[in-house]
Amino acid sequence: MKVRILVSLKPSVLDPQGQAVKNALLTLGYEAVKDVRQGKVFEIELQNVDRQTAEKLVPEIADKVLANPIIEKFTWEIIEG
Amino acid sequence: MDKTMKFGVVVFPGSNCDYDTFHVLQNVMEQETVFLWHKDSDLQNVDCVVLPGGFSYGDYLRSGAIARFSPIMTEVKKFAEAGGLVLGICNGFQILQEAGLLPGAMLRNKNLKFLCQHVYIRIENNKTAFSRAGRKNQVLNIPIAHFDGNFYAPPEMLETLENKNQIVFRYCDEQGQLTEEANVNGSLHHIAGVINEEGNVLGMMPHPERASEKILGSDDGRVIFESIIDYLEKKAGQGKKKAARQAKPVVSPLPPLIGNL
Repeated sequence: MKVRILVSLKPSVLDPQGQAVKNALLTLGYEAVKDVRQGKVFEIELQNVDRQTAEKLVPEIADKVLANPIIEKFTWEIIEG
Repeated sequence: MDKTMKFGVVVFPGSNCDYDTFHVLQNVMEQETVFLWHKDSDLQNVDCVVLPGGFSYGDYLRSGAIARFSPIMTEVKKFAEAGGLVLGICNGFQILQEAGLLPGAMLRNKNLKFLCQHVYIRIENNKTAFSRAGRKNQVLNIPIAHFDGNFYAPPEMLETLENKNQIVFRYCDEQGQLTEEANVNGSLHHIAGVINEEGNVLGMMPHPERASEKILGSDDGRVIFESIIDYLEKKAGQGKKKAARQAKPVVSPLPPLIGNL
């Protein structure tokens, strides 16, 4: 089974990298761009787990290691299997 | 020879201020100092653990995020919970935050630049084991060198830090004013260093070990090490005394790097 986890800064936290990307896009003339938030994507391949186990395991991994809950939030989905 | 205090400098793969810190503790402050390898689980009876600066484990994932799972950190946590003194400098500060021993988290610097420069910090609380040799509002000239030093904590946490006097150092200008320009990395409330509620774990982004000898431009960083030694000596009573520090400086060679990655 393959899962994808998206980690990004909480909306209340300033994202200087996202701001820099936004400014670059505006400089390039993409006036439609209203805001940019930057994050990280993890693709994790799991073995010998069923859906139910994954639903317990993935948030645990994300909360404990992949994201820092003080500044970041995460979402995840099963992308294969 | 009289006994000195014993310091342990933790070495992670990617630590790069370990030798500077070791040098200052051993040769400038004249204290017994040992390296503590990240795979060790023995703190060798040190009186104070120092987590030095650097880029532990390449700072992959997040600064300090992986270092906190190393075996030595289990012991550092126990040591801290038992009241032992722990000082985290720069990356060491980030590791202590990731390990949950200190509040808050570090965001990328507001200008997205790696900042390597001398800054001024103001002692906000001189009643701690790490700042007692300084005066309140004393301005120290100490360098920083980091990419992620933009201190963040949610509003309730910030309020607690303020109310409980846990903010020990703030970025300021040469006169001690909290100007916007002086807050180079964008830290909330100008925070450069915080202490835990119990008062035995301190993290600071500036590098006192790089400012402990006049020849390097500033020796203001000595205040931090002098504070720790003073605290430990008072705690130990008459047993361990100052004599060794007043002895003629002996520059001992540094030990070779220990262990395998």
